[in-house]
Amino acid sequence: MLSLVIFLPLAAAAVFALPRTGRAAGAVWIAAAAADLALAVALWATYPGGIGHETRLRWIPTVSAGYHIGVDGLSLPLIAMTCVLFLCCAVYSARGPVSRSYAALFLFLQTVSVGLFAALDLLLFFVFFDLSIVGMYFVIAGWGHGDRARSALMFFLYTFLGSLVLLLGFIGLYVGGRTFDIADLARVPPFADRPGAAAVVLLAVGVGLAVKTPAVPLHTWLPPAHTDAPAAGSAVLAGVLLKMGAYGFARIAMPLLPGAWQRYAWVIICVGLAGVLYGALVALAQDDVKRLIAYTSVNHMGYILLALGAAGLAAPSAPRTLAVSGAVTQMVSHGLLTGALFLVAGVLWDRARTYDARRLGGVAATAPRLTALAALAAFGSLGLPGLSGFIAEFQIFAGVIGTGLPAAVVAGALGVTGILITAALFLRVLHRVFLGPPGEAGVNPDTRWPETAAIAPLLALSVLIGLAPRWLLDLIEPVSAAIVSLVGRP
Amino acid sequence: MTENPWDLLPELLILGGAVTGLLTGAFSARERQGRAAWISAAALVAAAVAAMAAALRPDGMAFESWALDPLTHVVRVVVALATAAVVVLARRRARGHPREAELYALLLLAALGTLALAAADDLLVLVSAYLLASVPGYALAGFAKDGPGTEAALKYYLMGAFLGVPMLAGVTLLYGAAGTTAYGGLAGERPGIAAVAAVLLLAGVLFKAGAVPAHFWVPDVTQGAPIAVAAFVTTVPKAGALAALLRLGGEVFGAAGYGWRPLLGLVAVATMTLGNLAAFHQDDVRRLLAYSTIAQAGYALVPVAVAGASALAVPALLFYVAAYAVTNLGAFAVVAATGRTTLAGQTGLARRSPALAVALTVCLLGLVGTPPTAVFAGKLLVLGAAWDGGHPWLAVAVVVNTVISLFYYLRWIRPVFAGGDAGRPDPWAAGIACAAAALSVVLGIGAGAVTPLMSLG
Repeated sequence: MLSLVIFLPLAAAAVFALPRTGRAAGAVWIAAAAADLALAVALWATYPGGIGHETRLRWIPTVSAGYHIGVDGLSLPLIAMTCVLFLCCAVYSARGPVSRSYAALFLFLQTVSVGLFAALDLLLFFVFFDLSIVGMYFVIAGWGHGDRARSALMFFLYTFLGSLVLLLGFIGLYVGGRTFDIADLARVPPFADRPGAAAVVLLAVGVGLAVKTPAVPLHTWLPPAHTDAPAAGSAVLAGVLLKMGAYGFARIAMPLLPGAWQRYAWVIICVGLAGVLYGALVALAQDDVKRLIAYTSVNHMGYILLALGAAGLAAPSAPRTLAVSGAVTQMVSHGLLTGALFLVAGVLWDRARTYDARRLGGVAATAPRLTALAALAAFGSLGLPGLSGFIAEFQIFAGVIGTGLPAAVVAGALGVTGILITAALFLRVLHRVFLGPPGEAGVNPDTRWPETAAIAPLLALSVLIGLAPRWLLDLIEPVSAAIVSLVGRP
Repeated sequence: MTENPWDLLPELLILGGAVTGLLTGAFSARERQGRAAWISAAALVAAAVAAMAAALRPDGMAFESWALDPLTHVVRVVVALATAAVVVLARRRARGHPREAELYALLLLAALGTLALAAADDLLVLVSAYLLASVPGYALAGFAKDGPGTEAALKYYLMGAFLGVPMLAGVTLLYGAAGTTAYGGLAGERPGIAAVAAVLLLAGVLFKAGAVPAHFWVPDVTQGAPIAVAAFVTTVPKAGALAALLRLGGEVFGAAGYGWRPLLGLVAVATMTLGNLAAFHQDDVRRLLAYSTIAQAGYALVPVAVAGASALAVPALLFYVAAYAVTNLGAFAVVAATGRTTLAGQTGLARRSPALAVALTVCLLGLVGTPPTAVFAGKLLVLGAAWDGGHPWLAVAVVVNTVISLFYYLRWIRPVFAGGDAGRPDPWAAGIACAAAALSVVLGIGAGAVTPLMSLG
């Protein structure tokens, strides 16, 4: 059934190869995404605990690589979030005519994203990882605006380099453990007695994943890619594709290289902290609304790295588990909120043809619905209690500071200033763009129904997680404990 | 040791196809020369089938000089099927040409030479295979008898003759020192003589592989020769030459400290880097593809360099060669189908013929090594072999070069999806392109089913 969830969108995309399906492209896309979401919900409802819905087939036995997929508390929320976000993008795109190839590309990306989160084999993971880059390249190059060819090329080259470094790391893991299977490798971590080799492999895997996450200083591809991508493309890029990097850390780097992760936990924490502060400060200086959202992504992904790094510290396991839970919650929460923010930015561009905060203003007067949605998303993103961002960030900071190590407390305290800066910059944007006197570029009319129907559910889910997070945390906490015990091995 | 002629059935079938095709052409009217194409294609397909059947028998040696092992079997299948595809590609342009049947005969003879190159287990067979693989190639390059073709043929011939001489000298040296030309008797030779002979021998084999420093003919021949011939000379002889190198390395030079592995490693890195960098600013897609084939030869040289040190080397090379042949033929087939040879001429292809544009994208991304295409699986095995064989720096070089190569392949993909007007593509060539793209994906996904066949024995 998991395979069905993965490949249903691709099968739907294949429908577009038939002639005369051009007019129904939007409807087919929405139907396929909705069906996939329904299947993902069914997957969640029937999830038995541990690794569920597992399938294991031989693929390339010469190098012990297989088609091994399964879900657990780490991947299931991300798969569900992916399906929600793609459905919202489909609904959002229904505001105008949808071309066949555009819908097919997004369905292809959905298959790739779900497949990546379900993969339990390094090679399978890499295949989906690489294909996500190819798909996104065509989305940016084909339907972007501004200097899209250059942005798309930069995105492709940069992340492709990252993916190949990642591949080198995977081959290192294979040489160490003679298999590409993540579950088998996690059972007997390779290079346990060769710290030097483990460090090199962690460096390769870490750099590969950090480009995608993105972690400072490997984030420079992100702002142009986001700025020039179409709104739905940005939402998917930030909401889903960035999670692939962070997910890779939790799924691969931590359980497979526990010794090296512990030894270099402070490096990870510092990189995460740099992302938090640098992302927030650079976002503060942006006049371009979309670039600003892009940089807050750098900031939010920094929290995740900070938490995952703290999980490798020599400290009691309870706070570390809390930090990992927070990181996973942050992945889901950031996907929902940033998706919503980029779709809001898409509406701004559609009406005003600019992202420049200096030229926008007084949007609240002409577009109250859009203003309400934007405000809610912004408050969620800055971590206001009652929304999912708070649940995530609270757990992260409680976990990091709760480790009790003086340096971790300092790191946590510095990280909290990141929230402060984010709050300031979001309030500033709300003030300049949505409130205040009308700007030279007007935003009129207000959101149409496909736009509202796409953005509102994302925020509703965020509020649901913010108010009643138990159903999500019950799923995440066991796997967080498992990751912490795996990474805590000598 | 057997002397059973049936062991050479695939080769005999190809030879028979060449002779029968030529005779049929000689006795047919000009507009009926198409028969020769059908005979040639049928002979090649039959040879591929015979090679697959031969692969089921145990490994051995025919006539004490012709190795029968997975290396030979896989190269036989790849070369026969690739040449059959080239015959189909060549058919349209050659139709009605006064020397049509000769074209097919030459293609088959060059393919035969390539097979001999791959199977040779004796220096004298290697030399004659080199000549048989090269001489028809010179004639093919100048087949059109136009200016660029003549220049290509002359350049090809001069390079081949020039580099064939050191190869012969190397053979002489080894024979003089060891008193035999069979690979089995050469292995224990004194390091000094063997090292000099190895370098001399490399000259000829690297020429056939189109690797640095014997690569200068590749861009000119690819640009000047008819497109089907270009597809042939950049795909088929490489398979034979790389297999021959693997055999030489594994059986003669690889064992002792002759510096064979570092030398080949350096050649591999130089080849891929030079090919990729030179491809950067090519505006003629044929020259772009030519440099791309040089770079691909560099990747394929990596498992050759670690032959004997890693169990993955042989399956890596074989899979890579097969994957590369499929993908490269696909890309050339697109050029043949559109008939446009500049990057600018490719604009609007996606609108005119979406299937062909998708096939081109799959082939080009395949050449980059994007999963799940066949070259990705091949590259993965190559990287694994390099790391496993104790040369991780080769794996790093492959990765860096792969990123570099992405740039020029994307330069080609971009105009394809831009607006513009492209001509009507040739249906046969387009069919080959789509089939190659599909096969490339199938081979990539089905890599698990194919690789065990390549490492038997």
